[in-house]
Amino acid sequence: MAFIPHTADDVREMLDTIGVASIEQLFDEIPAALRAGPLTGIPAALSEMQIGRLMSERAARDGRPLNFIGAGAYEHHIPAAVWAITTRGEIYTAYTPYQAEASQGTLQTIYEYQTMIANLTAMEVSNASLYDGASGLAEACLMAVRANRRSKAARILMPRAVNPTYRKCVEAIASNQGLIFEEVPFDPATGQTALDALARFEGEDITAIVIQQPNFFGVLEDVDSLTEWGHAHGALVIAAVNPTSLALLKPPGEWGAKGVDIAVGEGQPLGVPLCSGGPYFGFMATRMEHVRQMPGRIVGRTLDLDGRPGFTLTLQAREQHIRRGKATSNICTNQGLLMTAATIYLAIVGPEGLERVASASMVRTTELASAVSTIPGVHAAFSAPHFHEVLLRLDRPVGPVLDELAAQGIAGGYDASRDYPELGPVLLVCATETKTCDDIETYAKALAAALGAPRAT
Amino acid sequence: MSNNLPAELRYTKTHEWVRRNSDGTVTIGITDHAQHALGDIVFAETPESGRALAAGDACAVVESVKAASDVYSPLAGTVVAGNAALADAPEKINTDPYGEGWLWQLTPADVGAVDALLDAAGYQSVLAESEE
Amino acid sequence: MTSTPISAVVAPREPTIFDLSRPGRCAQAQLPPALAADIPAALRRRRRPLLPEVSELQAVRHYTRLSQLNFSIDTHFYPLGSCTMKYNPRGCNQYAMLPEFLGRHPLAPAVQGQGYLACMHELQEMLKEVTGMQGVSLTPMAGAQGEFAGVAMIRAYHHARGDFERTEVIVPEAAHGTNPATATMCGMKVIEIPCNADGDCDIEALRKVVGPRTAGIMLTNPSTLGVFERHIAELRALVHDAGGLLYYDGANLNAILGKVRPGDMGFDVIHMNLHKTFSTPHGGGGPGAGAVGVAARLLPYLPIPVVGREGDKYRYLEERDLPQSIGRLSGFMGNAGVLLRAYIYMRMIGREGMQRIGEYATLNANYLQARFRQEGFELAYPSRRATHEFILTMKHSARDLGVTAMDFAKRLLDFGYHAPTTYFPLLVPECLLIEPTETEAKEALDGFVGAMVAIKKEAAVDAARLKGAPHTLPVRRLDDVRAAKQLDLIWKPAA
Repeated sequence: MAFIPHTADDVREMLDTIGVASIEQLFDEIPAALRAGPLTGIPAALSEMQIGRLMSERAARDGRPLNFIGAGAYEHHIPAAVWAITTRGEIYTAYTPYQAEASQGTLQTIYEYQTMIANLTAMEVSNASLYDGASGLAEACLMAVRANRRSKAARILMPRAVNPTYRKCVEAIASNQGLIFEEVPFDPATGQTALDALARFEGEDITAIVIQQPNFFGVLEDVDSLTEWGHAHGALVIAAVNPTSLALLKPPGEWGAKGVDIAVGEGQPLGVPLCSGGPYFGFMATRMEHVRQMPGRIVGRTLDLDGRPGFTLTLQAREQHIRRGKATSNICTNQGLLMTAATIYLAIVGPEGLERVASASMVRTTELASAVSTIPGVHAAFSAPHFHEVLLRLDRPVGPVLDELAAQGIAGGYDASRDYPELGPVLLVCATETKTCDDIETYAKALAAALGAPRAT
Repeated sequence: MSNNLPAELRYTKTHEWVRRNSDGTVTIGITDHAQHALGDIVFAETPESGRALAAGDACAVVESVKAASDVYSPLAGTVVAGNAALADAPEKINTDPYGEGWLWQLTPADVGAVDALLDAAGYQSVLAESEE
Repeated sequence: MTSTPISAVVAPREPTIFDLSRPGRCAQAQLPPALAADIPAALRRRRRPLLPEVSELQAVRHYTRLSQLNFSIDTHFYPLGSCTMKYNPRGCNQYAMLPEFLGRHPLAPAVQGQGYLACMHELQEMLKEVTGMQGVSLTPMAGAQGEFAGVAMIRAYHHARGDFERTEVIVPEAAHGTNPATATMCGMKVIEIPCNADGDCDIEALRKVVGPRTAGIMLTNPSTLGVFERHIAELRALVHDAGGLLYYDGANLNAILGKVRPGDMGFDVIHMNLHKTFSTPHGGGGPGAGAVGVAARLLPYLPIPVVGREGDKYRYLEERDLPQSIGRLSGFMGNAGVLLRAYIYMRMIGREGMQRIGEYATLNANYLQARFRQEGFELAYPSRRATHEFILTMKHSARDLGVTAMDFAKRLLDFGYHAPTTYFPLLVPECLLIEPTETEAKEALDGFVGAMVAIKKEAAVDAARLKGAPHTLPVRRLDDVRAAKQLDLIWKPAA
């Protein structure tokens, strides 16, 4: 029996101690009619050797395509030490640090993580992480409704240029509590959220405005003007940011005159593998004045009985296990393992490394855009500056082009026309520091071939 | 069990106390029993002045390390002020629940409603019942 | 406020990574080429973020040392009730971390993911089989999100029938705090009902509150009190007859795995904690995975994406396939890597192993319970069988000696055992909720009983020793009042 250590003698002794004749007798409180039959739908057990072979075959079917997809998850180099340490048993198999004295490793790591996130975003406090960027934005919207006491409307401005899956996720999670989301269009020429479109909300009760930087198209928003508009209209400002980009871009805590109120984002780019979408982690930071409205775990530094510094979960009275129906959220977990990987990643790459990763990603994407711009039928969709993604407009439907690239071992980008039919056939592509000039050349050739166009040089 | 129940105050089943002031306002806090049950109080949130309350509105929160509790307004009325000193010293609720640990001051819509609340003996019997 | 500056006290076991930082130091081997990016001046960051500047070795040594300050399943017995801290097989980790799986982009086309999608589809099918449900979605990222999905589906079901009056969710008072928190997040009103002295739900109390406003009831069975809810059939009939649905919180699924299926008990929707029952690691507080299963009438509302199969091809079912879905709960499809680990685990356990899990988890719990009874400890529900867990109450030791459940818990750490769950469920005073799981050998259980007996003796002669515990860990008991009042949540350089 896999992972059950009992010998026949053990079982006999244990049953004698309990005073029953069989294991079966231990289930005698369960009505007989409810008892399950054999689980015929479950296959017979495999040994580790057998499952290893099966999984290797499955993995080989997926292959290792040359990846140019971003759209919310980004391929970056991960130092080998990150996961070598993160998968140590003392981290990998530890429980939530409720017993602080037996969890100082986890707790101090969270404290260091909170510091890194607060510094990256230029905010005052961070929590210990949320599930992912999309659900983190939903939590931020719910938090804004609690924190903005002047507003009664629970009404949130959500630009159409925000990641479409984030918008769907926010709707699914937050609308059950009566939040209303108003779409703000983007400028079809620049790809930036249209400031003049905010005029129609003049004088209305707006609880919060969401600003994604860079937005889903990779385009850089005019974050100062949007933040100022929000604060001038009594709204809280929620920033959804890419953490890598913060090495180069003005952090949310410095947007506008006084910075945003809540900053969230997808933490995956910080040392977490793509892995088909998870597990990732969401980060969240805010101002001290809103800390009690922030969901999720928070660690604080304190002293023990001997006056030695130590770390413990704090502000737990906000959480579901104490406040039950009145908690800030039903969230129990943070993404401890991923948050640990991100902390080690940031410690190893440091400020210099993160800046280089961000710059190299941005430069490679610019090179990619320039390499494909010579292909007939391929145009940059927007004029505004971008970070490490660009939206390309093609002269034919994107799906078959991607199929063609896939056949050549290339994951060729994201078909954004599914979410933005008004833009016609548009392809979102991304290059990071992991892509070489040769990779970009390979991509440009393959795209030209897929479009049936000889590549102009 | 703490039996510190000043006779001049009125009480509620949800462990608030009410004091009538000479200027027609009332002062509200939580009882010694309540602060004792919560343990070390680390945070208190009180209602802002000018807020109109109905009787039974949850309008303040007191938090200890292990618990958080809503405080309900025993009376309808308008808030005169919350106790700002609690922001820096929430432990006053533990050390002086009927004095410096007060939560908010209220102008009641109907001063007579104070008399309808429990007196010390009435609250004492509520506590005795919950002990059983 | 008394304020001792933290820098002025006893040195910590391990400084923070920021204390190790020196300007200009870096991990050279990890740096990509320095390329100049062209950022508009108004959008540029002015000052570098304060991040550690350390060598690779310093980082490796620091986080390795921090890890050594932790208890974990790999190093310690963890009898943590309701958390199912069983062995996390290393093979599950190794084969989920094959480079092709790690490198796959979530939006890569299905043709570049048939291996992964096949695993996910088979996982859905296996979970249906062990729970007796008709459909499964793997997307919820934790138990609490699974709960959210479950209650949101119940709401969507009533709304689709034009029934908008059902706004109440009934929750037994013994329930985990997430149940009422979830109901609130779904815009529902929570109605609590009591349990009777034997730990079963109070059916009469239920009868009084169930009615046309009832959206559903959320139950854990076995309950958080460590006993099987014996009146489940009656309870189901009451709620179903009133038009409500039954939600099964899978926190305690390990107890009945292979023995009773929630679907056969009449539940309409369940969530499963794959990080408990199916042994994916807890990772110091996540990631979990909270797959949901549904009866036929809730199939249209499953959260998306779900993995579908057409012939021998797999693909995600999305908005156009499930237009009535409650929607998306994550950026992609939940904690895929956790799901792979659960898949590998289930394949290694197999059909017969699956039935053994509930049996041996129950055997271990009942053995421990019997041993504690022999040693004179007080059981909270002495007349009941233990399920996969049971409760001791320390109320007499608290009253007579001033030694609380918390003191026992902290002292156990000195003996090398992680503490059981303390002060949950809230109904039982001074409780220790103990769950040994099936993967512990008899020797580990006997050792744990031995430690508890030694502590009990100590309580009678030297209570102060317990009150001051732990004595041998990296820190002693921490001042959590100070932590909450003098918030120190991020490291700041010395002024």
